[in-house]
Amino acid sequence: MATHTSNPAAAQFPASAAAVHYPELSNLGLTIEIGGLPIRLRAPDPEFWSLLAARYSNFVRADSAPEMEFELLPTPRMPLPENVSLQVHCYNGRWLLSRGEFRAAFDMRSRRGHLACVPNPYSVDTLLRIVHSLLLAPAGGMLLHASGGIRDGRGYLFSGISGAGKTTMARLAPPDVQLLTDEISYLRRAESGFSVYGTPFSGELGIQGERVSAPLAAIYLIEHGAENRMTPLTEADAARRLMRNVLFFAHDAQLVSLVFGTVCELVRRIPVYRLEFLPDSRVWEMIR
Amino acid sequence: MSTTYIARSSAVAARRLGDEMVIMSALDSTLFSLNDVGAMLWEAADGRTALDRIVRERVCTSFHVDAATALRDAEEFVRELAARGVLLVSGEPIETPATQAAAASAGKPQR
Repeated sequence: MATHTSNPAAAQFPASAAAVHYPELSNLGLTIEIGGLPIRLRAPDPEFWSLLAARYSNFVRADSAPEMEFELLPTPRMPLPENVSLQVHCYNGRWLLSRGEFRAAFDMRSRRGHLACVPNPYSVDTLLRIVHSLLLAPAGGMLLHASGGIRDGRGYLFSGISGAGKTTMARLAPPDVQLLTDEISYLRRAESGFSVYGTPFSGELGIQGERVSAPLAAIYLIEHGAENRMTPLTEADAARRLMRNVLFFAHDAQLVSLVFGTVCELVRRIPVYRLEFLPDSRVWEMIR
Repeated sequence: MSTTYIARSSAVAARRLGDEMVIMSALDSTLFSLNDVGAMLWEAADGRTALDRIVRERVCTSFHVDAATALRDAEEFVRELAARGVLLVSGEPIETPATQAAAASAGKPQR
């Protein structure tokens, strides 16, 4: 087994990555655990490994048995046609994803796959979001366009479309709030309701969340307003609005139905409010 | 007058949330909210009960509306949901996995 000192690549790793102990450094593997679900990536070269180790530093776990494994294969950058969208298809249990030079395939039965991409963390972000959304659906969970934080051991999410104020809410968070994410939240059914988890998927703040979790206390559907005002939503209204903010990539009727069922259960068990707010820290006085 | 049968599509998911029935098409993720009458028709759409009977026995007995008006409104509702793939409509009883399961269950010998 190679060690940091015997592997010549180790000298190139940034301090934040090299500070983490990786027992399988020789094959450039990296296990990233988000939402308690470890996924192992095998980088093609030390440079890509280094990029990933830094990008996901808060979520690297050396001791977790992976739920899925991916081989990363570098491809040359190609000009991307305009308006090209991500294609996600499933054939006989094998998922195929493509957008420009980004190509991924994986099998949910063998729990293995590969990703061919230009070596940058954004491609891996895309892969991780899709894989997690597929794994979460049958587990009663989802990824949601929402920032979030933990305060006094309780999780709060601020969901909205782009421009609604997710990053602003994260930026205004007082020091006693532990930031989960400023862009994409991870939630899953738990014994007593739902739990929220930090994610590395960042927005404008560019700060990855922390690998922490808490019981979900409330969801706020946010929008900028002329005053700070909180209005409870009916279950049906909350479900309709939340469905717009769920990240889901597959046009698979069964999985979409599962996500819809989870959203319905979510609004029955967790209070959902419409939150209009002014962009100053006073809005956080309402979040208790 | 021809008889119309209606059945719930298997490509949708439905949940009652509070006093609303919310239906989602799993094909395109479109959401529909049904009022009380719509929810009653939806729940009664078993593929085996004729629409005019559903209207006569359920809608007219629950709401103060005459049968002709209720049937006309129900037919319009059914046309709209059928066009979105949410309801199946036929002049004959409709067999779906749900109706087959219900028929099989009804045919089981009683202990």
